[in-house]
Formats: sequence, structure tokens, C-alpha cells
Amino acid sequence: MPDLTPARPREEDHGTLRRVALLGGIYSNYLALDAALAVARAREVDAVYALGDFGAFGPHPDRTVERLRDGGVACIQGNYEESLAAGAGDCHCGYTDPRDNHFAQISYDYTRENTSAEHKAWMGTLPGHVRLRVGGSRLLLCHGSPRRINEFLWRTTTPDAFIRRTLAEFATDVVVCTHTGLHWMRFPEPGRGVLNVGALGRPANDGRTHVWCAIVEDHGGVLRAEHVPVPYDHERLAREMTAEGLPAEFVETVRTGWWTTCLEILPAKERAAGRF
Amino acid sequence: MSAFPSAPLVALDTLWLQVAGTLCNLRCTHCFISCSPDNHAHGMMDRAAVARVLQEAEALGVREYYFTGGDPFLNREIFELAADALARGPLSILTNGVLLKPEWCARLRELSDASPYSLDLRVSIDGWDAATSDAIRGEGTFERILWGIGNLARAGLNPVVTVTEACAGAGSVAGRTRLLSFLTSIGLARPRLKVMPLLRLGVEAQRSRAYGPAETLRGVSLTAAEADVLQCSSSRTVTSRGVFVCPILLDAPAARMADTLSGSLRPFELRYPSCHTCHVEGLTCRT
Repeated sequence: MPDLTPARPREEDHGTLRRVALLGGIYSNYLALDAALAVARAREVDAVYALGDFGAFGPHPDRTVERLRDGGVACIQGNYEESLAAGAGDCHCGYTDPRDNHFAQISYDYTRENTSAEHKAWMGTLPGHVRLRVGGSRLLLCHGSPRRINEFLWRTTTPDAFIRRTLAEFATDVVVCTHTGLHWMRFPEPGRGVLNVGALGRPANDGRTHVWCAIVEDHGGVLRAEHVPVPYDHERLAREMTAEGLPAEFVETVRTGWWTTCLEILPAKERAAGRF
Repeated sequence: MSAFPSAPLVALDTLWLQVAGTLCNLRCTHCFISCSPDNHAHGMMDRAAVARVLQEAEALGVREYYFTGGDPFLNREIFELAADALARGPLSILTNGVLLKPEWCARLRELSDASPYSLDLRVSIDGWDAATSDAIRGEGTFERILWGIGNLARAGLNPVVTVTEACAGAGSVAGRTRLLSFLTSIGLARPRLKVMPLLRLGVEAQRSRAYGPAETLRGVSLTAAEADVLQCSSSRTVTSRGVFVCPILLDAPAARMADTLSGSLRPFELRYPSCHTCHVEGLTCRT
């Protein structure tokens, strides 16, 4: 019988660090990336990690990639990087509803057409997992979930039992992820749990225009994790998106803080919390 | 070597509980497990039985729970069962909607609010008008289903509405557009829709047709990615009679895998015609 076990991605071990900044999906929001890198500098972090999905949604995808590469940000692959590097025809975001896939395809086509070949090749060299140790906890950085690059770990559909199983399966204390675009964390035991860092690419569907990243640090030998709001010039981003011909629905999200697209994938409670 | 491929149990993520067995207050002519008021093939599950399953599932790290039947709201302990599941993870309840009176919807809303996890109600309908839907589900059911959906919406629970392709054209862009516009017209401001292919099993085999000889996975080899998306690679179904591979094959004796979940964690040979539907049409019973 053939081996049908899903393959695990390439992994790097980056050792023990004191304080790190963790950036979720950037979705070409290079203005928010600049603001997040300023936060990281102000907090005197040892390293900055970007957890994939550098493109999508926003304008001028190369501007984000240039900043990541020039700024010494340690990057892992998201489904966007995996797809762009492979020359895939869609983002493999993991949406199931045609309404979600319609807008996802617009994002992907724009990003693919506006990302340089050299950047796409670089995306193919990135690891899928990075392991760190902070404050006595082992961290596993990934994009969606440790087992699947495009799995959505939402707050209300990721129960404690599943978290414990995942931590045991991947021999880690904390899974650090993004992909949902909504930040949350839950630690069923001290120092052991899931930290979803949210996204820099679009606001958190709460009527506020800022975006989010996370910082973890060694706090007297114990891991401390926090979500950090990142205000940025969202009006400028909105103008640039309009000038690039990106959908008015996307621009509305940037201006209002409410998601207008890719809503069908949301679990019941996350959906009910939004406007649309 | 087997002529059929097997699906590995990659991870037990989704657990289906046939809490009402095959007992249903409706007698839909497309039901792939022939549920009806007099089908006792699989019985009601009581709270103690469900609790034992939930306990084992939690130890195995299950991610999500689904209650189905028959109609789960025929189970007199449905609210207690739902509370027990929602203490452990997200829950979806599949229902025909006709019993969902306002007081029950209010109780469901309370259960949802009390849990850190999501509660979804999934209501089946078979068209955008009484003529289309009642032909499948029974005289007068269309209005009654809309009443149940409306009660859910008024309680602040936005149901997922499922439609099978027994409703001609439901899966096309035009069909989906028409269904979404219909759902908006009955008061669902954010309509959620799932269109499902038909399974030529149970009474559906008499209504339309049974599976033909070409609808088989005999001789097919699956890639890891193809196996990974099959629901039997990540779920099991528990009924009063034991653990089955999926919610579809409850009438197939070889699909009963074990007495307990831990005994069912092994590959499943995809020997049934409905396995062809799952593979070729990408069917999953999950939302």
C-alpha cells in the first residue's frame, strides 16, 4: 500500500531567544509592515519573524518582499509563497465557498502578476516551520497549523483537546500561527497553547482600522505573549489600492475595519461578531 | 493486493454522533439512509452513551462534533447532549428544522453564549419554493422549515442552509444565486449555503437511480493529497450500534469498524460506490 501520510515541511531551529516580534499575514500591506517593524525596534526584540502570506489583498506586493528581505526579517512560507513559488494557478487558501474563492482569486491573480520572478524563487527557499525557545517554552512557528499550511485555527473551533494533541504530536509547547487573519491565544496549561498572531494585512473585523502583531518574551524564565495593535496610514493604503484597481470591497475593509469578503469561512461566532 | 484503494485515518478531527439514530419525523424521498418515523435500524443515543463517546473523543484530541440523525431534535435530551459537546469543542447540529420552535431556539442561543466554542445549526431544504421542496420532503414541510429557520434567525443564530442537487440546478452559479437571494428574502441577512451532491443510496436509489457499475474506485490509486481530503481520513461516526466509518455508510455492515473510537483508528477500504462520489465530487458531510 502506498504511503499516504502527509509530508512535513522543511524545518529550521533558531535556538533560544529573549524577545521576538511575530508578524502574521501581511497581504502586501507594506505600510503596516513599516509600522510593525518600528514597534519591534522600539521593543528591542532579538528577531522579527514573518509567518507567511506576504502578498494578497493589498497593492504593490514587491514592496513588502523588499522590506522583509532588506530588513533581516526571518520568513517562513505561507500558502501564498508556496503557490507563487510553484507557479500555481490559485492561492490554496483553503476556502470552500465560491463567494470566498471569487475574491481570493482576484487577490492572487493581482499578486502573481506583480511579484518579480526573483522574489518568487526566493519564496521557494523558505522553511515551513521554525522552532525557537523563549522563556522556557518550545515554540513552533508555522503558517496555518503545524500539520497543514492552509488549516484555519480559529478561536472558537480550536478546542483545548485538539491543542493538547497538536502540541504532543509536534513535540512543542506553543504553536505560533496566522492564516485566519484574526488574532487570539489560549493556553490550556501555563506556557502551553496556541498563539495566533493575527494579520498585518487587514484589520480584525471589529470596526477598527489598526492591525495586529504579537510579541513573545522571556519574563523571568516564563513565556509572556501579547498581541500588539499596529496603527498605520490606512487612508494612504486605501488610496493606493484604489489606484491599482483592486476591488472596492477590499478598500472598504481597510477604511472601516469590517471584513466585506472571504466571510463564509468564518465560524459562527467569528461571523456573528462582524458587520457582514 | 486489494482492488480498491484505502483511506488512512490521518487524524481523528471530526466526530459525528447519530444522536437520533435513523429516526426522523419526515420521510424524505432522497434520504441516503432512509430515515423515517419507523426506521429503527440505529436507535436514539442517551446522555450516558454520548458522554462516554465524548470522553473518549476528548482524550483523542477531536477538533469538532456533529449531531445528526434522523432529526436530533427528536432526542428528548438534545439540549443536555449539546451542552456536553459544547463543553469540549465546536458543535454543528443537522436538522430538518420543523421542530425549532422559538423557545428551543432561545435555549440553543443560551447554549451557544455559554460556550467558548461555536454552535452551528444546519437546516436542510430542497428548493426555493414549496412545490420543489415538498416533493422531496413532504406536503407542507416547506413552510414549516422556513418557520424553523426564521425562529433561529430571530434568536440570533444564523443557520447554514443545505440544499441537495435533488433541487435541479442548485449547484450551478445561477442556482446558487437564486438560493442565496431566496434566503435573503426570508430574512437571513447573511445567508450561508452548502450545496451537496446526491448519494444514490437508501430511498434515493428508488427516487432517481442506484449507482451504476462505473461508479467505483476499483483499480484507482489515490495520492496523499487526494486521500487527505476524504472525510474518512479525518472522521468517524458513532451510532447506537457502534463506530462507523462515515455518516453515509450506516447500512453497510463492513463500514462498522469497532465498538469504540480507539478501535476504529485504522485505514478504510473504499469499496462502496458512494466512496466514488466523495472522491470524484469532493463531497464532505462537514459544513
